[in-house]
Order: sequence, then C-alpha cells, then structure tokens
Amino acid sequence: MSGDYSWLAHFDLGLNWAVIIKWLPKLAQGAILTLELVAIAVIAGLLLAIPLGIARSSRRWYVSALPYAYIFFFRGTPLLVQLFLVYYGLAQFDAVRSSFMWPYLRDPFWCATATMTLHTAAYIAEILRGAIQAIPPGEIEAARALGMSKPKTLFYIILPRASRIGLPAYSNEVILMLKASALASTVTLLELTGMARTIIARTYLPVEIFFAAGLFYLLMAYILVRGFKLLERWLRVDACQGR
Amino acid sequence: MNFDLYGFGPALAAGALMTVKLALTALCLGLVLGLAGALAKTSTYKPLQWLGGAYSTVVRGIPELLWVLLIYFGTVNMMRALGEFFGNPDLSLSAFAAGVIALGLCFGAYATEVFRGAILAIPKGHREAGVALGLSKFRIFTRLIMPQMWRIALPGLGNLFMILMKDTALVSVIGLEEIMRHAQIGVTVTKQPFTFFMVAAFMYLGLTVLAMTTLHFLEKRAARGFARSTQ
Repeated sequence: MSGDYSWLAHFDLGLNWAVIIKWLPKLAQGAILTLELVAIAVIAGLLLAIPLGIARSSRRWYVSALPYAYIFFFRGTPLLVQLFLVYYGLAQFDAVRSSFMWPYLRDPFWCATATMTLHTAAYIAEILRGAIQAIPPGEIEAARALGMSKPKTLFYIILPRASRIGLPAYSNEVILMLKASALASTVTLLELTGMARTIIARTYLPVEIFFAAGLFYLLMAYILVRGFKLLERWLRVDACQGR
Repeated sequence: MNFDLYGFGPALAAGALMTVKLALTALCLGLVLGLAGALAKTSTYKPLQWLGGAYSTVVRGIPELLWVLLIYFGTVNMMRALGEFFGNPDLSLSAFAAGVIALGLCFGAYATEVFRGAILAIPKGHREAGVALGLSKFRIFTRLIMPQMWRIALPGLGNLFMILMKDTALVSVIGLEEIMRHAQIGVTVTKQPFTFFMVAAFMYLGLTVLAMTTLHFLEKRAARGFARSTQ
C-alpha cells in the first residue's frame, strides 16, 4: 500500500500509523483464520454438547456421571494445558503416531480446532443443562399428557425451548472462544495473535501491531454481538421468556 | 511412569506456588480496578461513566493473551525511558509484574460489571438513610454500601477468580516459571509431554477444587443471617 498518510499525524497517539496500515492486509488474513477456528469450534462444540448436555441433565447417575467428569476436567483446566496435551502430548504414544489419525493430529490447525471444540463443548453442555432445567416442568408434562413420546418431547418441546433460553449464554461463549482462539498462536498457528507476533518479530514495533490486532478483535466481537442480537430477535427469544 | 517425575516434582510444586502467588496478586489489583471501574460507571459524572464503560468494553473485547504480550513487550521502551529518567537504564517489567498487570486488568474489567450489579442491587433507601443521618459520601460507601455489596458480588467474583487462575497459564508464554513453564522444561528434558502436561492439568484441577471449597465457605459466611428465600 502506498500514498500520502501525513494527514494522519494529526491523530497520532505516538504510534507509527504507516506501519499499521502497511501490515493491515496480513493482520486481516490472520483474522480470517481466527474466524475459521472459532466458527468450526463453536459449531462442532454445539453438536457435541447436545448429547452431553442432555446426558448431564439426566436423573440417572450412571448416565450423568461420565458427562459430569468430562465437563469437570475441561472446565477445571486451562485451555493452554489442553492444547499442549493434544498437540505435544499425544505424540508420546507410538499407537497414536502410527494410526490413521496422525496426519491430522500432527497438523496444528486440526489440533487447535479439536481442542477448542472439546473445550467449548464442556461449557456449552453446562449452558444447555441449565437451559433444560429452566424449562417449566408443566410444559414437558403437557407434552407427555398430549401423548407425545419421550424422543418427540425432546425434539419438539425441550430442545427448541432450551435453545431459546440458552442462546444469550451461548453468544457469550462464542465471544469467549473468539478470545481463547488467541492461544492457537502457541502451537505455531498464524491466526490474528500469531500473525501479530510474526510481524513484530520483523518490525520490532509491538505496541503498534498489538494495538491493530486488538482493534481487529474488538471489531469481530462487536459484529458477533450484533449478529446474535439479530438472531435473538429472529427467534423471538424475548417473547419466549415470559415466566 | 516415574513417581517423582524424573526429578521434576519439586520444580512443579514450586511452579504451583508461583501460580498461586500470581493469581492472588492479580486478584488484589483486579479487585481495586473493578471497584474503581464500578464506582466510575455508577457515578453521576458523565466523563467518569464514559471512562468506566470504555475500560470494561475495551479490555473485555481483547484476548487475555494479547494483553499479556502487549504489556510485557509493549512497555519495554516506556520502561527504559522511565529508567533513564531515574538513572537506571536497565529498568524493565519482570514477567511476574507484567502478568499481574495483564491479568489484574482483565479481572478488573469483568469485576467492574459484577460490582456495578451489586451496587445497583442495594436498595436506594439505604443510601438515603445514610444521607438523612448526615453521613459523608465516603462514609456512606465504606459503611453502608461496601459491607452489603460483598455478599451480592461474591459468587460472581468467585467465578472470575476461577477464570483468573486458569489464565495464569498464559503468563508461561512470557517465561514466568509457573506450573506450565516447569512442565515445558520437564518435557524438553524427558520427552514425555503427555505425562507432564497431564500432571499440570491435575495440578490446575486441584487448585480449582481448592478455590471452589474456599469460595463455598466464604459465601456461606457472607450469607449468614440471610434466609435463602430470594435465591
């Protein structure tokens, strides 16, 4: 990029703006990878969380014990530890190294998405459990009284109802995952933070580049918040919350 | 599996101590920042409201890891300039100090919202009673609002502290010798990544359980004299 940016000097915060503008395309490239990571993780995490959350809210202890242990482990340890366990840890076992999964488990992108998926699934399962338990029991009883089978009640009454109750919490989780995706830079992925660190290694201007990366994160978070607001309106979440 | 972790057991224990130290120091800074943020946000003075809002929005929108890196690497020039002014050109932020500032900043931004909610939850009549008794604004805050606020804010702050404790792992990225850093050193020597990171994971789980128990005790203590009717 070229051009006369001297007018920017009036808005100078003591930052080298020309450098920021020069590296914006690279940072945008990193931001796209960040969005890819987050999108895969929160969608796959949601799919994984649905059975987990349903099992977790079961009244039978042998059904809820395993999801409970899973959720306890993934919520009780830092994402960084989980990421290192998958990316560096699995290589310790020869069985893993010789399996057909190895080409994927060796790739930082798949490691990061897999770990983030497992991590966020634990949180989403807990959100889903809260949402399922917040459904007024009368509604489920009404469905059963109308002669709906248990699976039918689950798919037509419980899940649609729980998804609306849980949506605001799910949108929070998506924002948290957007921020957590910065950790993928520690396993050599060039997402927004990783890209910023690479650029800094070349320019030695940490304040400028991290500032620009921070603006990207703020922008992405803002767009996500707006998007979820629209989704909430479309799903008429407000209208369903009358208790 | 080797029981003393190939001689790295004591180092990991020392790392755990460092993690706890970092978490507690950052907690202190975060509580101060959160309280200041909440006071700014609930004040009647517009610029202060705006400042509090900007603090909590901007800090919460940027990843913790980015704050850690920004504060550690971004303050090098500033610290050098400060150091030269005071005649000590080698002045720089240690990894511990950078970690405390970064994690405290993030904790404070979330705590701002928790404290604000707690302040708003206190009935208006209590403040008015203070005014009627002729207490100063400062007195009203320290004697009327603060003691009642803690009970309401405690569960939220507890959740934030759990998050803070897990975020301490991020400070290993700038080289602070806490649990993760020691685990990584162990891995480079022994080539047993799974063993070491699993041990680290269980250490964090242990710390989380410890914090949960403490919080449960604190919440019970803070709620003494209150019937659990309003949930």
